[in-house]
Amino acid sequence: MNGPVEMTYREAVRQALQDALRRDDRVFLMGEDVGRYGGAYACSKGLQEEFGEDRVRDTPLAESGFTGAGIGAALGGMRPIVEIMTVNFSLLAIDQIVNNAATIRHMSGGQFSVPLVIRMATGGGLQLAAQHSHSLEVWYAHVPGVRVVSPATVADARGMLWTALECPDPVIMFEPATLYNMKEAIPADAGAVDIDRAKVRREGTDISLITYGGCLPKVTMAAEHLASRGILCEVVDLRSLRPLDDEVIVGSVVKTHRALIIDEGWRSGSLAAEISSRIMEQAFYELDAPVERLCSAEVPIPYARHLEEAALPQTEDVIQSVLKIVGAS
Amino acid sequence: MEGGTVVEWLKQPGDEVHHGEIIAVVETDKGAIEIEVFEDGILKDIAAAVGEYRDVGDVIAQIEGVAGAGVTSSESVAVGGSDTSTPRRIRVSPAARRRAKDLDVDLDIVSGTGVAGAITISDVERTAGATGQGAEAEAKLENRAAGIDLVRMRSAIGAAMTRSKREIPHYYVSATIDVTRMTSWLATFNEEVPVAERILPAVPLIKAVARALDQVPQINGTWADDAFQASKEINIGVVIALRGGGLVAPAILNTNELSVAELMAKLRDLSGRVRQGHMRGSELTGSTFTISNVGEGNVEAILPIIYPPQVAILGIGSINVRPWVVDGEVRRRQLITATLAGDHRASDGRIGARFLGALDKLLQEPEAL
Repeated sequence: MNGPVEMTYREAVRQALQDALRRDDRVFLMGEDVGRYGGAYACSKGLQEEFGEDRVRDTPLAESGFTGAGIGAALGGMRPIVEIMTVNFSLLAIDQIVNNAATIRHMSGGQFSVPLVIRMATGGGLQLAAQHSHSLEVWYAHVPGVRVVSPATVADARGMLWTALECPDPVIMFEPATLYNMKEAIPADAGAVDIDRAKVRREGTDISLITYGGCLPKVTMAAEHLASRGILCEVVDLRSLRPLDDEVIVGSVVKTHRALIIDEGWRSGSLAAEISSRIMEQAFYELDAPVERLCSAEVPIPYARHLEEAALPQTEDVIQSVLKIVGAS
Repeated sequence: MEGGTVVEWLKQPGDEVHHGEIIAVVETDKGAIEIEVFEDGILKDIAAAVGEYRDVGDVIAQIEGVAGAGVTSSESVAVGGSDTSTPRRIRVSPAARRRAKDLDVDLDIVSGTGVAGAITISDVERTAGATGQGAEAEAKLENRAAGIDLVRMRSAIGAAMTRSKREIPHYYVSATIDVTRMTSWLATFNEEVPVAERILPAVPLIKAVARALDQVPQINGTWADDAFQASKEINIGVVIALRGGGLVAPAILNTNELSVAELMAKLRDLSGRVRQGHMRGSELTGSTFTISNVGEGNVEAILPIIYPPQVAILGIGSINVRPWVVDGEVRRRQLITATLAGDHRASDGRIGARFLGALDKLLQEPEAL
């Protein structure tokens, strides 16, 4: 059966985990509350029942410890999937990720690799306050030796995990918490997808809207609205945050001559800053307007709904920025 | 004309300069004009280097003049008068700059619609589209080489004509004038001279106009300070069309004092220089009356628009062969329709009619011109 089926991003993640656990008995999932509770975001509901406590393991609240255990297991020939509840908590494990997972191939002269997948939720929008809502993807995208991806569609949530598990290097997968309830139709037999190319989600000629993760639906809505005003936006979904797909990013700018980067991270030292630089380096003479960035306000993400909404890039902000850049406002 | 870009300095600091000498060439929307000095002295500081743009009135150089024993005065040479300004930096997107280079579009004339008024690709392409293609583009290149910018010229013409139609209450008087005597006199004259010295029909027409103005001075001059300012000099501006579009009307200074032969030489020199973009400032601003002469063709009449601040302009249609009553009989004659547009603030139709009458009379005695 190939007909499209509608499912949530959460269900796609769950199916991807289930599929991986079924296909390869070296694969196991561990993290806080992934087992009996079914995952903080309910992505592993029912998996412990199906695969047992050895392969779907609840861990203590000790990110550094269980991430280090995942690295060790990967070195030992396993294919671990480590779930960290949010990117904020991953900072407890950043030493393991940056100093061990990312360096072992180099330190061992290529003798060892770390085929580990670390999944974590990221981003604001759910009123989870300043210790659970940040977008720190760029902290990891900075580090050579790891791959960083962020599935922003249900199809990518379904398909990226298997490819990440096959990758010999550690892959950090950011799942935007606001997307878990998003529903999209995907082919019933949807399978693995690449984890290294950006994708043009919507073709346009007037401006490139470069984004990823939780901002993609907002940007797509803005593009739809702008199309009704005659402004054709090209929406680029980065998908891979490290490495960045310069070819698609620059190719789009060459076509549209304008770029707005929408990034839920803070502006200073952001992924948006990196992308802006690359456009300047590789496509300066194609630019018909300064590259602009739309990022989160540089504050801890607030709890109050109206303040949280004000702090994050919103559809209306995208529309206003585009109108300014294309000279229509 | 609001300003210009210095394209050449013919004198350097320390050089002696004399009244009437040309010291620099400035490119303007009317083409390149030569800057004359009106003082004797020594050129001191140059305040506008080659390539720099200055508004009319900005200082471009200082001249130290020797006015008397031990007295030193400083004279400013300006694109009009005083006080310097910094050249503006045009904002151009990198892509637009490259596109402009590809399309050979001068960014100085492109108006920007992008962020902060920057010039964008589409601004460049719009301007390129407006300046034409093919033969016109070729003519444009030729004119560009001569320092003539047709797009800017077009906007200058537009601004002047709009102002004229808005501010000047035009009246029109028209007369059909028999120029058969003039053309046959001209034919005889031309038979006797080498080809290079042959005279065009425009020349006796211009000369006759100059003499008619001498008789009717009420339409020779300018409108300034809410009043007609009669001019002692008769400097007739002659409209010269440029290849690729655009036109200029440089003045033939003291037209009435030149013989027909001198006038022809002057006209030849002037039209040559205009097409190469070499005009003097006084030729561009000194006109006291203008003639728009359509020349060959089948145009019956031109209803011209006054070029401010002048107060009158004469439109002359083609010379056409028509049946015409002479001495009570219908004859085959060569006729022109001359139409005078006058500024009603400065004169009335009666004056215009008197002028046309004088012109008619003068053209009947071409040998006396």
